Amino acid sequence: MLSALLVMAGIAIVLGAVLGYSAVKFRVEGNPLVDKIDAILPQTQCGQCGYPGCRPYAEAIASGEADINRCPPGGEEGIRKLADLLGVEFKPFGGGTVLKPKAVAFIDENLCIGCTLCFQACPVDAIAGAAKQMHTIIASECTGCELCVDPCPVDCISMVPLRENIATWKRQYPVFTLVAAK
Amino acid sequence: MRTLFKFNGGIHPPGNKERSTQRGIARAPLPAKLVIPFRQHAGEAARPVVRVGDHVLKGQLIGMPDGYFSSAVHASTSGTIAAIAAQPIAHPSGLPDLCATLIPDGREEWIPHAAVDYRNSDPAELRQHLRMCGVVGLGGAVFPSDLKLRPLRGHPNKDIGTLILNGAECEPYITCDDMLMRERAAEIVQGAEMLRFMLEAGEVLIGIEDNKPQAVAAMRQAVADSGLPFEVVVVPTIYPGGSAKQLIRVLTGLEVPSGKLPTEIGVQCFNVATACSVYRALAHGEPLLSRIVTITGNVRRAQNYEVLLGTPVQELVALGEALPDTDRYIMGGPMMGLPLSSTAIPLVKASNCIIAASDKLFPPAPPALPCIRCSRCAQVCPADLQPMDLFWFSQSREFDKAQQFSLFDCIECGACSYVCPSHIPLVQYFQFAKSEIRAREQDQRAADHARERHEFREYRIEREKQEKAERLAAREQAAKQAQPPAASATPADDAQQKIQAAIARAREQAAASRPKNTDNLTAQQQAEIAEIEARRAKAHERAEPAGEVADNHSEGRSQ
Repeated sequence: MLSALLVMAGIAIVLGAVLGYSAVKFRVEGNPLVDKIDAILPQTQCGQCGYPGCRPYAEAIASGEADINRCPPGGEEGIRKLADLLGVEFKPFGGGTVLKPKAVAFIDENLCIGCTLCFQACPVDAIAGAAKQMHTIIASECTGCELCVDPCPVDCISMVPLRENIATWKRQYPVFTLVAAK
Repeated sequence: MRTLFKFNGGIHPPGNKERSTQRGIARAPLPAKLVIPFRQHAGEAARPVVRVGDHVLKGQLIGMPDGYFSSAVHASTSGTIAAIAAQPIAHPSGLPDLCATLIPDGREEWIPHAAVDYRNSDPAELRQHLRMCGVVGLGGAVFPSDLKLRPLRGHPNKDIGTLILNGAECEPYITCDDMLMRERAAEIVQGAEMLRFMLEAGEVLIGIEDNKPQAVAAMRQAVADSGLPFEVVVVPTIYPGGSAKQLIRVLTGLEVPSGKLPTEIGVQCFNVATACSVYRALAHGEPLLSRIVTITGNVRRAQNYEVLLGTPVQELVALGEALPDTDRYIMGGPMMGLPLSSTAIPLVKASNCIIAASDKLFPPAPPALPCIRCSRCAQVCPADLQPMDLFWFSQSREFDKAQQFSLFDCIECGACSYVCPSHIPLVQYFQFAKSEIRAREQDQRAADHARERHEFREYRIEREKQEKAERLAAREQAAKQAQPPAASATPADDAQQKIQAAIARAREQAAASRPKNTDNLTAQQQAEIAEIEARRAKAHERAEPAGEVADNHSEGRSQ
């Protein structure tokens, strides 16, 4: 009887020690799921999902707060990947979400007054300029998030859709026209 | 006799090469207009260095290589640059690309050029020379040749045991390399020696398919005449035996591992036409301005022509005298060629053949039927892939799976589509999947880059905040340190002193800030001021309590 108690107590102590040790040793900093979700999001930092950036949205998805269909720049492709990762059903975009072609911002230099408001809004530092100096978009860094459009007091920023060229061209899914048998 | 090896699969389509080898290579007449694209090679397009209206000489640089993976573009003849604008080029997208339009002056005036003493030059300089001469692989991939001669990290050039010269030319109809070997064998052999010298390679093998006996004889003669220890190896005719990896396999028995370069296994492979252009670039200093193009198919006069780069396809079609039922043109061969959207498209470094096509010559494929998984495609695949699985994954957009099944080892030779009993255009599905995967990788890179920039921006904002806080703290600290001497007096005295000092400062300021517009006044201005002051005084008086108003009035009158 006593030996049984001692054995059980011994096992409990050993297992407890192992658990306690591994809790300290293999502790995971942060939620790895958030990183995985963040890696799928397109990083435009546009806030169209209702969260201030891609990472906050990823955190919201991970905690189950937000739906996976709120990222227009990610497209349906993005929703599919999120659905795959989280093991949930694919959901189409909610009403009111408009998918736009890829675009970059353009500053009309005749109108710009050098107020610096747009580059304070830019999440990726893609606008060059200084107070009372002309501002300009660094097109290769612009993610097309449109966050700079609203703050501009003189409405000098417009979104220019990107035209397809030889370097960005993608092959279409093969489609073959059916021919009636003779 | 050398032991030859085999690769899996391959097909034997009808060659149809005899028609265009009946006549020798002719020089195409100078066209009225040349359209020279700035993107004639794999990699980045060249950057234009001439302006509209400039007069250029034959061989003058008009496009500077832009970046590491790029090559130069030259004026094919002397003349005037009439335009630099986007024009249709030979590309599956049909999208226009930047081209220079050159109106020849007919004088064919060369820019000064000189031979390079390659045996006493630095290999890096020679590579730069080839790059500036616009020498790229003329077998079809148009990969810049200087990059293929560059030693890889961990694989010095002296490790290259075998240099292979590719004269297999396996695709039906095309005979440009065949005719080049027959007529310019000596130049090819010299070019091969230059390539061997730059690569420090051991042996040189020239692989030619057994359906070109005249080319084999000419090359053997040229090798014997040169006294160089090269070997001309006759390889069996099989499609796609002229693909670099397959030819390496046949000649050396080595297999280039997936995702690796031939140099990593000690082999390098160049097309015979590339060797010829290397010879022209080093022995004469001539940049790549022309190439041999076959015009064949549904034409009256099938022949090979030496054509200036930038010549519109229609010029060549006119030389070949296309038959009236020709309804389309293919650039390249019937297996891997590109249907052209118009005949105004210019011939470029990659154009080896133009086939005039009609439904009689190439009957349209019957409609595609479902895949029956017969695995005929896997039997003929020269890259040892399973096209039926790749097709399944490409069709259902399971690109990760397609990549796991080595989609990117597919050389798009079309052997699978050729044998498919269901007539499924397999290659088009593979091209679609490859393009989609590349686009995704590009998007992913852009997203990672944006994430990095966004994180840096957050860090920068945080850092700026911190720096500001530190500055404020430092200023406060400095103010505190400046106080101690004043603190020695009693607090009341201190306060009194401060008040006195402040009053004195205010007085000084008031004295210093007298309005400047009251100096140097004219008499009239003085009078006006006096009058205004008087009115003000009066107004001030009126504003006094109501009981005194009457008095004020009487006073006013009395004045």
